[in-house]
Formats: sequence, structure tokens, C-alpha cells
Amino acid sequence: MLLIPCPWCGPRDEAEFHYGGQAHIAYPDNPAALSDEEWARYLFFRDNPKGPFAERWSHTAGCRRWFNVVRDTATNEIHAVYRVGEPRPVTA
Amino acid sequence: MSGQPYRREGATGKTLRFRFDGRDYEGLEGDTLASALLANGVRAVASSIKLGRPRGVYAAGCEEPNALVQIEEPFPEPMLTATTVELYDGLVATGLPGQGRLADRPDPARYDAVHAHCDVLVVGAGPAGIAAAGVAARAGARVILADERPAPGGSLLGTTETLDGRPGHEWAAAEVAALEALPEVRVLRRTSVIGHYDDNYVIAVERRTNHLGAAAPAHVARERVWRIRAKRVVLATGGHERFVAFAGNDLPGVMLAGAARTYVNHYRVLPGRRAVVFTTNDSAYAAALDLADAGVEIAAIADVRQAPGETWAARCAERGIELLTGHVVTAALGEGEVSSVRVAPRGDGQAREIPADLLLVSGGWTPVVHLFSQAGGTLRYDEGLGAFVPGEIRQAVEAAGFARGVTTLRGCLEDGAQAGRRALAAAGFAVPSETSVPAAEEEPAAAPAEHLWLVEAPGDDDYGAHFVDLQRDVTVADVLRAVGAGLSSVEHVKRYTTAGTAHDQGKTSGLLTSAVVAHALGVDVGELGTTTFRAPYTPVSFAALAGRDRGHLHDPIRVTAMHEWHVAHGARFENVGQWKRPWYYPRPGEDMEAAVLRECRAAREDVAAMDASTLGKIDVVGPDAAVFLDRLYTNMMSTLKVGSIRYGVMCRADGMVFDDGTVIRLADDRFLVTTTTGNAAAVLDWMEEWLQTEWPDLRVSCTSVTEQWATVALVGPRSREVLARLAPGLAVDNDSFPFMTWREAEVAGIPARICRISFSGELAYEINVSSWYGLALWEAVMASGEVTPYGTETMHVLRAEKGYPIVGQDTDGTVTPQDLGMEWIVSKKKADFIGKRSFARADTSRPDRKQLVGLLPEDPGVLLPEGAHLVETSSLPEPPVPTLGFVTSSYRSAALGRTFALALVSRGRERIGERLYAPVGAELVPVTVTSHVLYDPEGARRDG
Amino acid sequence: MADSAAERRSPAAAYAARFEAASAGGGLRLAEIPFLTQVDLRVDPKSPAAERIGTAIGVPLPVEPGTVASGGDLEVLWLGPDEWLVLGPDGAAPDLVARIAEAAGGEHVSVVDVSAQRTTLAVAGERARDVLAHGCALDLHPRVFGPGRCAQTMLARANVILVAGEDDVRVLVRSSFAGYLAEWLLDASVEYVAGG
Ligand SMILES: [Zn+2]
Repeated sequence: MLLIPCPWCGPRDEAEFHYGGQAHIAYPDNPAALSDEEWARYLFFRDNPKGPFAERWSHTAGCRRWFNVVRDTATNEIHAVYRVGEPRPVTA
Repeated sequence: MSGQPYRREGATGKTLRFRFDGRDYEGLEGDTLASALLANGVRAVASSIKLGRPRGVYAAGCEEPNALVQIEEPFPEPMLTATTVELYDGLVATGLPGQGRLADRPDPARYDAVHAHCDVLVVGAGPAGIAAAGVAARAGARVILADERPAPGGSLLGTTETLDGRPGHEWAAAEVAALEALPEVRVLRRTSVIGHYDDNYVIAVERRTNHLGAAAPAHVARERVWRIRAKRVVLATGGHERFVAFAGNDLPGVMLAGAARTYVNHYRVLPGRRAVVFTTNDSAYAAALDLADAGVEIAAIADVRQAPGETWAARCAERGIELLTGHVVTAALGEGEVSSVRVAPRGDGQAREIPADLLLVSGGWTPVVHLFSQAGGTLRYDEGLGAFVPGEIRQAVEAAGFARGVTTLRGCLEDGAQAGRRALAAAGFAVPSETSVPAAEEEPAAAPAEHLWLVEAPGDDDYGAHFVDLQRDVTVADVLRAVGAGLSSVEHVKRYTTAGTAHDQGKTSGLLTSAVVAHALGVDVGELGTTTFRAPYTPVSFAALAGRDRGHLHDPIRVTAMHEWHVAHGARFENVGQWKRPWYYPRPGEDMEAAVLRECRAAREDVAAMDASTLGKIDVVGPDAAVFLDRLYTNMMSTLKVGSIRYGVMCRADGMVFDDGTVIRLADDRFLVTTTTGNAAAVLDWMEEWLQTEWPDLRVSCTSVTEQWATVALVGPRSREVLARLAPGLAVDNDSFPFMTWREAEVAGIPARICRISFSGELAYEINVSSWYGLALWEAVMASGEVTPYGTETMHVLRAEKGYPIVGQDTDGTVTPQDLGMEWIVSKKKADFIGKRSFARADTSRPDRKQLVGLLPEDPGVLLPEGAHLVETSSLPEPPVPTLGFVTSSYRSAALGRTFALALVSRGRERIGERLYAPVGAELVPVTVTSHVLYDPEGARRDG
Repeated sequence: MADSAAERRSPAAAYAARFEAASAGGGLRLAEIPFLTQVDLRVDPKSPAAERIGTAIGVPLPVEPGTVASGGDLEVLWLGPDEWLVLGPDGAAPDLVARIAEAAGGEHVSVVDVSAQRTTLAVAGERARDVLAHGCALDLHPRVFGPGRCAQTMLARANVILVAGEDDVRVLVRSSFAGYLAEWLLDASVEYVAGG
């Protein structure tokens, strides 16, 4: 059970959150202008690194805010927590 | 009654009566089942799982591999170790042949769970743990000290060591009592820490009334799971002694030396009369001497080393104990239990057989690193100890005392105190300038151990009784076979031989197995490593894990404001997610089929009502609300007029149907959106996700009002008449209150919002009131007795007759609106909406996609099972059978006078009029494909 | 709505007698506080509207997460960075909604009467926090979660809003979950109630 630091509510049990997959996958400005392949990449393709990964979480059982986390997928260490719209911080 | 022949003289305490394997015995208060059996001279307690060999008590704690028992009374409980079962009056138990059996009656006990938070969690109340807890607790930190035994003291319980001049266990008891009196300290006795997870989330199981037997109070939870979140954890988990692989090392009468010492000192029991000691290290000497002082004849000590500790050798000489240095035990001998021990010099030399009923073994001590490893710590091999010890760890965890390889009592106390100081600093407390630890006696200078794992047999075929894992009956021969088969990883050998996979998880045998594998491969055990340590450290009952989450508390039961009425009127209920919804309301003598046909007829021909309160409801408010809904729904919502209602479908970005419902425009900047019952939370989350992550510029807020409103659907040709009577202030004629509009009025004296929508094709209304008035409204609707209550089954039949799909029943996340025959709901005008781009993908326009169609079984009485597949041919070809699709909904229809179904069928709309077959059991049921709209396709009925 | 001729029924009304029985020992007191006013408010905390609303209802909107501000017979709970729940006595909702809407002055403010969306279960007495700890993963120690603090979290398997008091915690629970949570509270209370 991870302890995830909600940027608003502070550290809470993982069970209070929903996972939102890879962060920084923006909805395309004009989907109609994309090729089928580009659209398929938006829909279906995500990174799966071993190590630091920027991902989205939503504090569904608390303040219901979405935010971003850089988490090491191998150790579960959380390197950074930042708000939606902010760039991914540089982490060690 | 034997009178406990092996009980030490002078042992006092209350006598307890118990029964084991059908015989009555007596023990003393404070006994475990194991110590009581030893006191009565019971040597063979259980038998082994594969070979059926007799097995006796081997250890004195949770590491016990052999003495598996089943409690029969007061309540059956399988697979316990006799060494951890506290004796109580009236206990009835049996020895197990390696595996137990579940109780045949429901467990009457309560179980629960609790969350706890602390600055410092100390696992293990031995010398190091108590010292660590003392330092942290006295500085004011919130401390939890957990220990698996009934009394604190750890290793001190089994020895005669003193602290501050008094017996060590007395010091431990007094110190822990003093700490427990501090306001922020919690001492958990009989509590096994079984799992150590991320962010210092630690799970422990407290056995609260197990030791009371039939006297356990019924209102107290028998076991409690502690979910502890600690800022810092000190693992003072001590060590487990290990044995050595030699022939017959599983015979009853073979026992770990430290365990024997505990039985003599703590339980006041003699584990035998005449003992041989086999050791690789100094620790067994203290055991031998304590046994000798208690009256056990020590026939000889076989020490694999040429040079044991000098002090120990001298003490043996004082007592006239024969010391055989450079010797090994090559075999334990005896029929069913040890009667003699074969001892031989290492290398060449004459073997000797020494009569004895007890063989004490010490192959060295292994730090208990399970939790450290579970917490993500690395392990490193310590040559001196001959064991793996804690290495690096990312979490705020440290090991202290023997758990990290500190071998002296004084060292453990000091190490614990230092760990306590570091924990304080890390938790942000002022660290006291000095901390004191109790004074321990001088210990004899230690001579190095020699790490002998395996006493070699004359030939490779002679390892069939050299056990490495007693509980799994794994021998050196098995390990050699595994290595011979080419396995070179200890993980693979574990899976091939099952070594280390039993109930005891290889506590005494894991390292031995690794070492024997290393020996067979000719590598170093330190290089080879260990298998992975996983939770739980000790077995946990499923009842404890379930806690109070069982029966009616297993999952939340959600009910509407009208629920009590439904119960009182005999409704049968259907689970819809967590909701209990009335399924149908059988009248006396009616089965489900009859009740549903009657309810359907009432809705189509008369007037009927359903509790529709479970539909999700969301207030969408803001100047950009219309823009927002246009982006979420496939159809246009911004053109909806205030006072009107529109049906809408939402898709995921991949174009697949996600949810459907109605959108009610309450004001220019205010909508009420309804969702399916199961998706209420998901749709609200979906809205928040898009607003927060993609469209923060939109001025829109969404608020759940699902339970703010109770909803009654009033359906049928006479619904207008009933509504008119309940709402005299409302103009109900078709022109004043047309289809897909809403009005506000008092219904039965209750302020209400009435929506003219229909999920049945009939004239219908949905009346919404504050849920405080839900029951009052429902009772008012039912008061005249002319309105038939109906449940979800009738609702399903009515909507299916009209071809209205149910998201999640007729769709499964691979179905587009076009597949459902709803091209009309996909806007061509909007520049974009979620899912639009996907409708231009090749996959969504494949001609062979599955499409929603109706099916009429050729025999109008045959009801197809939902999920049945559909094939083209009247006989089944050889597998794999090509399937065209499957039945999603299937009912008997009162209106159609026959059965019918909905199905997703490849090229379904092209197939209308075709005959297909549904394999049902051994038969192929012929069906005709039809339009999915089977009833009133012209929509003539909705205006009444 | 309070003046309707029809009878209101609160979500945990059926538990009144069992709550009372469980409260007899005094170490723990369970009760439903029905029909309280609850108004959900969404507004940008930095907007002039937020300040006007605070003035209009006499309680400035708390901006520190997990805190409660109170004044008169109203309490304002922080639910999120742009969301609050205003609590008031039975019957206060229509006036409260109107006052907030007026104070919004044309800015984007969402104000929704959610009084019937949740009911309030009061868990009081010296064992209140012990009982809640059986199902709540938050640290409920009075130093951490004392008066003036609130939290949205899980209690057993239900979403709740907790409002801390000295020796009591109010549990705001969705109406459909009220029966489940009442059963859960009664079950979790057994050790603190029975046998002394
Ligand atoms: Zn939060």
C-alpha cells in the first residue's frame, strides 16, 4: 500500500487514488488532422519503463484532484509530485 | 494419567487438562501444546507429508517445521504449530500428516482489523527491541512494540542470563510494563508482524483470545489485523537456529539446541533424559550446560571444530561432559524416535554409537531478515556468521540486535538503544544526550564457528534421509537430483523440489537448502544467494484477513430511500453494483416468470411504477456547461432548450460506448445529467478528468446529486391519469407537457421535478423529489392500489422489446454507437467530440463488425441463455467453431407473446431474416435474425 | 421543503434504537443527526466572488486543505482547492443557496443543495476515535485530526467526510451507504459497548 502525497491533502493510502497512466499525453489539438497511425499512437501507445515514470493519479476518495507523480516503477519510490499543467520536474 | 514425567521438579502453576490424539494429558499454565506434550513424554507429534515419517517437536517457536497439529475443540482450526499453540483447559488437538482440514462448521468468532500510526514501530521485544523502544518511548515518540509471544523478552525467555542482576526475562517484563504505562506507547503481545510493504506499511496479526479456548468472550475479536503506518521501523527480529543435514535428522528426539534450552529454562520441561549435542558453534554449549544443570545427562558433545571456545570446554570438563572435537554426527538412529546417535571423527576414523534419547543440533544461527527483505532491503552474506544479514534499504527501516548479526547480549542492548536514537532523530524528536542499557554479565570469548551444512554420506545414493526441508520432506538426494537436472538457481531448485514452500516457509531450512545447492554446484553460498522472502512471515487465517468484511458487511449494500417499502412488500432483489434493486415483486403463488409477465403487462396496458433512484445524477453548472457537454456526448447538447431533455451517448476516445443517459437543461448555464446506475462515479470522474487535465479553461463545475434525488418512474397508458391526480397543479396533457420535457410541480404535496421520458416506449414520467421524501412519494403513488410496482427484470424486458441497449449488458467496451444501430446519435455537425476521430478508423468501419440485432427463436417458448453463441450451420463443424456473435439479452415477452433476444452479430443488419443457430447444450437452437426493435417500431405509444 | 405536508425520512432513521442501545455505556455515543443543510460550493478561491460569498455567509472560505471555518450556525468544510461544503441547520438550504448565488454576482459559481445527498452520523465519546480506526486509514490522533479539521476519506468501504471535534467525529456519508455504515459502526463498536 503506497503512501501517495496528494499535493492538496497530503499523504494518503494508495487505496484512495485512481491511477491514470502515463502523464503528459495531451489530447491532440485537431484529431481530424491526424493520420490513423498518429491517432492510434495517441489512443493505444504508452511507455513502460523500468525506473522513473511520470504518471497521473487522481485523489478520488479525497479532493478528487488529478495530479502528476514521478514514480520509480522498480522501487515505488516517488521522486516528485506536481500539479496538472506543470512540466515534469528534473529528478535525480 | 502419566503425571508429566518429563516436567522439571519445582515447576508450579495451574494444571490444565487437554487431549491429544485421543489421549488425556495434563500440562501447566504457561505451556505451549509442544511443551506440554514433551512434559508428558510424547515424542512423535505428527507425521510427514510425503514419506509419512514420524516427526517430533523440533523448535520452540514459529519456526517449527515438524509439529503440525489441528485443533479440534473448542473450534476446529487446521495447520498450527504445537510450539505456538498456548495450552488451555479443554484443548483437544490431533497431530497432522503434513496437512490439515478445514472446519466443517461456520466460525462463530469475531475477527477485525484496525489502523494504527506511530513514529517508531519496533518488531520484536527481545533485548534489542526493548532497548530501542525504551529510548524512543521515553523521548515522547509514539511507539508500537510488537512481539509474537505472550510475554516480552525474546531470547531472554529461554536463557538464564541476567540483566542488572536479575533474570533477563524479569527485566524484560518490568521494562515493557514501564513503557506500556507511557501515554503514546502501545505494546502488542501475541502479535506476529507478517508483512512489510512500501512506505513502512506493516501488517501484523494479533491473536487476542485464541489462548483462552472456550473461555474466550464472544464479543472480543479473536484475531485482529493491525495495519500500521510507521515513520520508522526497527526490526529486532532476532534469529532462528538451523540444523545440519545428516542421516535421520528428522527423527523425533532430534531438536534444535536453543529450543531444548528454552524448554528447560522457560517451560520447565526436560526434552529427554540422555542427550548427544552436535554443533558447529559455541551457542550449543550454553544449551548443553543448562540441560546438564537441569538433570539431563549429556552423553557427549560432537563439535565439528577442532577448537571450541576455551571457557566452554572448561565448563564441560568441570561437569565431566565428554567433548568430541572434530567430530560429526553421521546418523540419528532409532525406531520411530532417537535411541542412539552415530558419531564419527571428520574424515577418517572409527564411528561410535552413543545411546541417547535426545540429539541437540546447532548448525548456527540465521538472522531473521524476512521483513527487512520484504521491505526492499538487500542482503549480504556474513562469513563469520555463515548467514545473510541486512544490507542496504531505501525505506526508513533498520535492523537491530541479532537480526543484523550482533551476537552478544550486551551488544544487542546497545545496538537496540542506538537504533532507538536514530529512529528518534529521523522522526524529528530531540535525541537524549545519553541512554543507558541494563548491565549484562560478561560472556565467554567466542571461538569462530565452522559452517558445516552437510555431513557427507559414503555415496551419492545415501542422501535419502538427509533432510533439508523437514516439512516438505525434501532431502539432499532431492536437491542433488534437481542440480543434476541442470538447475543452477536456488529459486529454480525451490520450485523443483518444493523446499522452502511449506507452511514454515523454510525458516530453519532455507539457508541450509541454499548451502546444499551451493555445495552441489561447487559454488559459495554467499554467491548463490537466497530465495525471495515474501509475506506472510507466518501463516495467517483467512478469517483474520477477512476481518469484519464478511456476511452483510462484505461489500457495502447501497439502498434507496424506498428500500424499506420494497422489503415489506416482498420484493426479490437484484445486485446492481453495490445497489440492491427490486428485481420483481412476486405475488403469492407466483414464480419469477409469472411475476415479470404480469408486471410487463401492467406497464404496457395499465400503469406501473419502478424505483429509479439509483440512476447517477450530476449537476453540470457554468457558462461553458453546454460547450463541455457537446465535447463529451456524441450528439449536440448546446441546442437543447431550457425545459427540455435529450438522450445522449458518451464514448471513450477510442469510439466505444462508455455510458448513456439523459441530459436535462435546467437553465442556460445549468444541466442535470443522468448516468447508468453502475457508471455514476465513473462518469463524474470522467468529467473531472477532462475538465482538470485537458480543458481547465472551461468554466464548468460538476457535482454529484445521485442521492439528493429519489426517482419514481411512472409508466403505462394510464400514467398520465395517475400523475394528474397526484399533481393537481400540473397540466399533464400532451401539448402542455410534451415528450422529452420537464416540469416542476408538487406531487403528493412534495416539491418535484417531473421528466417526461420513457425507457419502455410507453407514456411515462420520472418524478424526482428530495430523497428525504422518496418513501413518502412512493407510498403516495402506491396508495390507491392501482399502480403495479415493477422491478429491474420488467424494466429490462420492456426496454429490450424496444431495442434500447443497456450499457455493460449489450455493450462490452468494444461496441460503437453505430454497432448499436444508433448512427442518428453521432453528430456530423460538431467539429470534434470525444470518440469522433475513432469513427474514421478502419476498424470501426469494418463491414464484419458485430451489430445489435433481435433474435426470435423459432420455437417461441425457447428462452436462449444470455451469452449463447451463434453459428451459421445447423450442425457444428470441427473445432474451432467460427462464431458470429452472442446473445446479450434474452427474455419472455408478454407483449410479443413469445421469447426473444438481443444479440451482437457479425454483419447483423445484413442478416435480418436469416436463420442462425445457437448451440445450447447438445442442441442447436434455430433462431431468426430480426431488427433489434421488436415492439411498437413506429413509436406510437409514447404519447399515451 | 421542510414545510411539505408529506413526511420526511432520514437515511439512518431505522437505526435510531440500535444507536441508542449502543450508546448506553457512555464510552461511545452513536446517533444520526438528520436533515442538516449541506450546500456544495464550487468557486475559484482567488476570485472576488469567493470573497463576497465569505462575507455574505459570514464565514470566509478556508483555503488550507482539510480545515473547517465556522461562524454563526454555519460551518464551511474545505473539500478541494475550489470546492467547499457549507453545513447549516435543518431548513437553511434555500436561503443559503440564494445568498451565495446573489454574492456570486454573475461570476462562475456552482452552488448545489446536497442536503439529502449525505446524512450525518455522530460518533462521540472517549472511544470514538478507536471505533473509527477500525475502518479509517487516516491518523485520527487528536494532535493530528482535532477540532477545526475535516477530511474526505474512506471509512470501511464507504466514502465519507469526517469532521473532527474534541471527543467526537461527525461522519458525513452518502445516503445510500448510510445503512451499511450504520451496520459497520455497530459491529465495530461491539467491544467498546458490550462486556463493560
Ligand atoms: Zn487530495
